[in-house]
Amino acid sequence: MFKGNFIDNLPRIYGTYTGGFLVFIILMAIAEQAGMTAKTIGILFVAFTVCIYALIGYLSRTVQVDAYYVAGRQVPTVFNGMATAADWMSGASFVAMAGGIYFGGYTYMAFLVGWTGGYVLVSSLLAPYLRKFGCYTVPDFIGTRYGGNFARFCAVVVLTLASFTYVTAQINATGTIASRALNIPFELGVWVGLISILLCSMLGGMRAVTWTQVAQYIVLIIAYLIPVFWISNKSGFGFFPHFMLGEEVARLGELESQFGLVKNAAADVKAAGVPGGLKSIAVSHAGVPEGGMAAWKFISLALCMMVGTASLPHILMRYFTTPSVKAARKSVAWSLFFIALLYTSAPMLATLSKISLMDPNLPTGIIGKPIAEIMQIEWVNAWINVKQAYIADFNGDGMLQLNEWFMRGDVVVLATPEVAGLPYVISGLVAAGGMAAAMSTADGLILAIANALSHDIYYKIIDPKADVRKRLLVARALLIVIGAAGAYIASMRITSILGAVAWAFDFAMSGLFFPLILGVWWKRATRQGAIAGMIAGLASGTAYLIYVYPKFMGNAPWLGIDHLRFGIIGASVCLVVMVVVSLMTEEPDKATQKMVDEVRIPSGKTILGKQH
Amino acid sequence: MSNKEKHWEKTKGLMLITLAIWFFFGYIIFMFGSDINSASFLGYPLAYYMCAQGSIIAFVVLIFWFANKQEKIDEEFGFAEKGDD
Repeated sequence: MFKGNFIDNLPRIYGTYTGGFLVFIILMAIAEQAGMTAKTIGILFVAFTVCIYALIGYLSRTVQVDAYYVAGRQVPTVFNGMATAADWMSGASFVAMAGGIYFGGYTYMAFLVGWTGGYVLVSSLLAPYLRKFGCYTVPDFIGTRYGGNFARFCAVVVLTLASFTYVTAQINATGTIASRALNIPFELGVWVGLISILLCSMLGGMRAVTWTQVAQYIVLIIAYLIPVFWISNKSGFGFFPHFMLGEEVARLGELESQFGLVKNAAADVKAAGVPGGLKSIAVSHAGVPEGGMAAWKFISLALCMMVGTASLPHILMRYFTTPSVKAARKSVAWSLFFIALLYTSAPMLATLSKISLMDPNLPTGIIGKPIAEIMQIEWVNAWINVKQAYIADFNGDGMLQLNEWFMRGDVVVLATPEVAGLPYVISGLVAAGGMAAAMSTADGLILAIANALSHDIYYKIIDPKADVRKRLLVARALLIVIGAAGAYIASMRITSILGAVAWAFDFAMSGLFFPLILGVWWKRATRQGAIAGMIAGLASGTAYLIYVYPKFMGNAPWLGIDHLRFGIIGASVCLVVMVVVSLMTEEPDKATQKMVDEVRIPSGKTILGKQH
Repeated sequence: MSNKEKHWEKTKGLMLITLAIWFFFGYIIFMFGSDINSASFLGYPLAYYMCAQGSIIAFVVLIFWFANKQEKIDEEFGFAEKGDD
């Protein structure tokens, strides 16, 4: 079909793919007009896209070690940027972020700043140097820079803890979306999701994950942007929402003071029978809370997410796949560009969704109208029936007040197209986008864990004589075991007690951030220092988490550092311990110092060989 | 000072400038969030705009700028990689 090699043809291949996907959307729209049911459209969207990912996964199968671990180091800059963006944006980013902004306003948007600013650290402190090093995994760098299997082992422990915290949430999201779109029970949906995830990664490792992630990015960004632009245009809020919603944001401020922002008492909410997880708007959309503590909470959360970003192995390992050091640096910039397309749209979607519901002058507005009238609206009924929305008439006046309308955060993304009167085909598209986002992140995480265990534990520590076939066999077996463990935990529905996605960032920054950057930027850092830093950082961070988390010991947070921010404690302890112990021990030998010198310049051979 | 050391000095300098700009857009602005929110940009309150779009765009531009600058430094000292990507 295409002349020349695969890499040169990438723009044409993915161009064709994007065109094909758009044609598929149009076909579905026509089918909807012809009377196809919403249920069938949802099934077709999810099934069609998942089959394509599986096909890409099959076509990318490999028996080469460097193709399996680092995609043969030939992923072009821009494509690696797209793959990283898909790797990065989880099911939570796709489905829950707009909802978080809808309910949390400015305060929640610390996540937006934190989840983007971390890439500045990745590009200036880490990615180019790790690429020059030529490692297969993040612990590979720690193990070689500091020497010794124990340092390697500590890095694997931190990696596994951080990534596994994250992956159960992703499998949970694929299960939720699969069960909703395919109309199967959640427990079954989780396993369907897992099989889809493994189909993408098993045969081709990093190579297969890379090319499916690019395909998944294209689906998820189309699925996010089309509704945002369509709603904004259809409801007359502006042709380009990102630059034209200033008036709507100001209007939301007026409506907030008109309706009043009331925080319901927990007892009232419980007494009214509001289903768990549903919230009402009680925080200003664009207003900034006063005071030093509020500002500190904002920037401390942003700090944890940024430093965590620069320590998460599934992101760092994407930059091992570029052809050169220069390409690794540029690729970070492209990654953030592709991420920004979605992240800057989320606040706009939240604004559109909120104004549509809150403004009584709009036909879609429900707040301030009689409840009996609202109960007639089709989408309101549908979401109340599945316990995703709820009306509690606290003051008994028969009118819907702002604090009487409850819904789940996810509904902002899932229902806004319906509220604005867009055809169902858009809801099918959104389901496919959410599935793509959750699958791509799960794939990256499972692969990061399995690669660390197979390369660093099995090959480097247990059986250094293993041949290529055996190594790849072990790698694939581990992929299945880790995926199954994640799916099993997700299917038990205990993810709520496993804590927030933010924990993964805090774990990673507690144990890995300083050992990684000091390995490049401080020649004096020693093995003993790194080992002590990783252990002390992880241990103190975890201890502090247990100390403050309400479901564990629940003590009052110190200086506002709550369970979402425990990485500040862990990383600080890690830094101090690592520096002190390094200075107390003998400086690294000449060979290690020379290795660090070599890492710092882009030209020349990688430190580790092409195959190792 | 050897060529390698000079290259590293310049690289460190660029890193520090990059992180200073990052610190401004990531933290300094939001330390004064409630003070600057009465100002407006494109019709949005300024602090709201900065976390919804402004800082994110600044980060993207900053990384592209940093990558180009670092390439120049590598070329200046003859440490650029041969061939292009």
